[in-house]
Amino acid sequence: MLTYPPSSFAGYVDSAYRSGSLIVQPRMGFGDPETMRRGLVEVRRSGVRAVGTITLDSYTRTGDYEALRRALDDGVPLNGFPLVTYPHEVTASVLEGVWDSEFPVQVRHGCPLPGDIFAAISDLGLDASEGGPVSYCLPYSRVPLEESIAAWSRACERFAVTSERGVLPHVESFGGCMLGQLCPPSLLLTLTVLEGMFFRAHGLTSVSLSYAQQTHFEQDLEALAALRRLGEEFLPDIDWHTVVYAYMGVYPFERLAAEALLRDAAELAVRGGAGRLLVKTPAEAHRIPTIAENVRSLRLAAAAAARVENAGAAGVRRETGIYEEARALIEAVLELGEDPGTALGRAFERGLLDVPYCLHPDNPGRARSYVDETGRLRWASVGAMPIGPVPGTREITGSDLLASLYYVQRKYDRHALREVRVEPEGNEPGGDLTIR
Amino acid sequence: MTGSGLARPTGSTGDEGMRVLLSSVPSDAHTWNLVFLQLALEQAGIRVRNLGACVPTASLLDAACDWQPDAVVISTVNGHGYPDGRHLIGEFRARPPLRSIPIVIGGKLGIAGASDGHRIREMVRLGFDAVFPDDADFTELESFLRGLPATTARAMRSEGGPAC
Repeated sequence: MLTYPPSSFAGYVDSAYRSGSLIVQPRMGFGDPETMRRGLVEVRRSGVRAVGTITLDSYTRTGDYEALRRALDDGVPLNGFPLVTYPHEVTASVLEGVWDSEFPVQVRHGCPLPGDIFAAISDLGLDASEGGPVSYCLPYSRVPLEESIAAWSRACERFAVTSERGVLPHVESFGGCMLGQLCPPSLLLTLTVLEGMFFRAHGLTSVSLSYAQQTHFEQDLEALAALRRLGEEFLPDIDWHTVVYAYMGVYPFERLAAEALLRDAAELAVRGGAGRLLVKTPAEAHRIPTIAENVRSLRLAAAAAARVENAGAAGVRRETGIYEEARALIEAVLELGEDPGTALGRAFERGLLDVPYCLHPDNPGRARSYVDETGRLRWASVGAMPIGPVPGTREITGSDLLASLYYVQRKYDRHALREVRVEPEGNEPGGDLTIR
Repeated sequence: MTGSGLARPTGSTGDEGMRVLLSSVPSDAHTWNLVFLQLALEQAGIRVRNLGACVPTASLLDAACDWQPDAVVISTVNGHGYPDGRHLIGEFRARPPLRSIPIVIGGKLGIAGASDGHRIREMVRLGFDAVFPDDADFTELESFLRGLPATTARAMRSEGGPAC
């Protein structure tokens, strides 16, 4: 197996995992270099095992450097760090003395055409980023999938050669998120595993596979066990770990409810054998969180994680076929071409992959999903995907969709309000608000 | 120019039914609002073409000219609805074939949250037929659409009328 260079993102996560700690990580990005630096410093000083994040702004994400330049000239605050536009000395001064072997930093962005971003990452000597040709293209852009696949191939190859300089370049697939909610677990697993194989095909030897917390704890736990099994089967020869995203859909409005959801995410990550957890903050439902709110969430998640243990496959009480469905999808896609990128492109063209409710012109758009009465996320129809037959194929109406989209928010908010009512006046509410 | 596969009609709506072109503004990447509106409109028997996220204004205008909808519904939630909407309506009404097509905008139009009477009136003055702020619900949009006169668009379509 691989030996990690003395200072690497992947090695840091691996050594924490071996010692039984979950790495927690914020989503954090500021346009102002001093604020960005302060954010990294505060995360490092949070007292928990964390890695830092530099999230890029949406002008960089869409490649609109002209608008970015105008915003910088006019002093308009950006929603992230413009890594490509700032001179490298500016970014180096942000990282100086914060980013080291004890505190790895990952760049997160959301760009379907990431050439410039990976060029900057490589120039700066950074070793970790995130994305993927499908997961950074279909949900939020209109860029043709084929172009994204080609651009990601080149970017990965460019990033991979930085290993000649002694770094271990690492890319995390965002495929376990797809629109944040209502993408059934088997398809999330399929996409993140195939993106992991895509990264490997373009020279990367260290990747992470993602899974976003969905609507049902047991279902999520089954999915994470399946993801680890698929990782072992399809990526046996490179370094990988799994990463959980705290719920990415409509977030509860009540602080207590949001915190309960985050605690459940931390428990899920540990019991499901993940190496890392991307946290959310209670502020998320209302606005972009502050540095302090991020740090509070990191501590809360780390504390919740410390209370539970990795359950391994034994933690899954009921198998519902997530693994089998994902495996069938992955195998069907891999038959379409030697290169995983080519295969992915063809799979969407032929409808073998179909992300429910995704409006991108290259998504077939026939699959539908919903949250059933027990809270499990299910297929309503699978389009032409080679899974099924799906019991109870049904038509989804607007009100079905709203009920599914708001299921988690309502469940946690309702529960939190009940808890608050029984709390004595003046007490800091908290404790166990675990919801199943 | 077409939308995605989601735009497939769902059965009961023949060519003579009402057609709604659904879109966002150029800077908005959100789509759940558009997905919901499409399903709800289709449920109401309306045929929908959904252009999806981050729609360039030119693509929207081309789609409207090409498809001749009975109404255009713009939904946006990223807080740029007022500035983007102002620009969009100018371009839309500047194309002669689109001058008489009803167009509405709704969602989270500003970053402040609550609806803003002054800005709503401005949007109407600039050429929108209606504005549905954040606190409006779907039935308001539906009754607006139901209240539209049996449109010229439908009449023109049946005569193979003018495209742009």
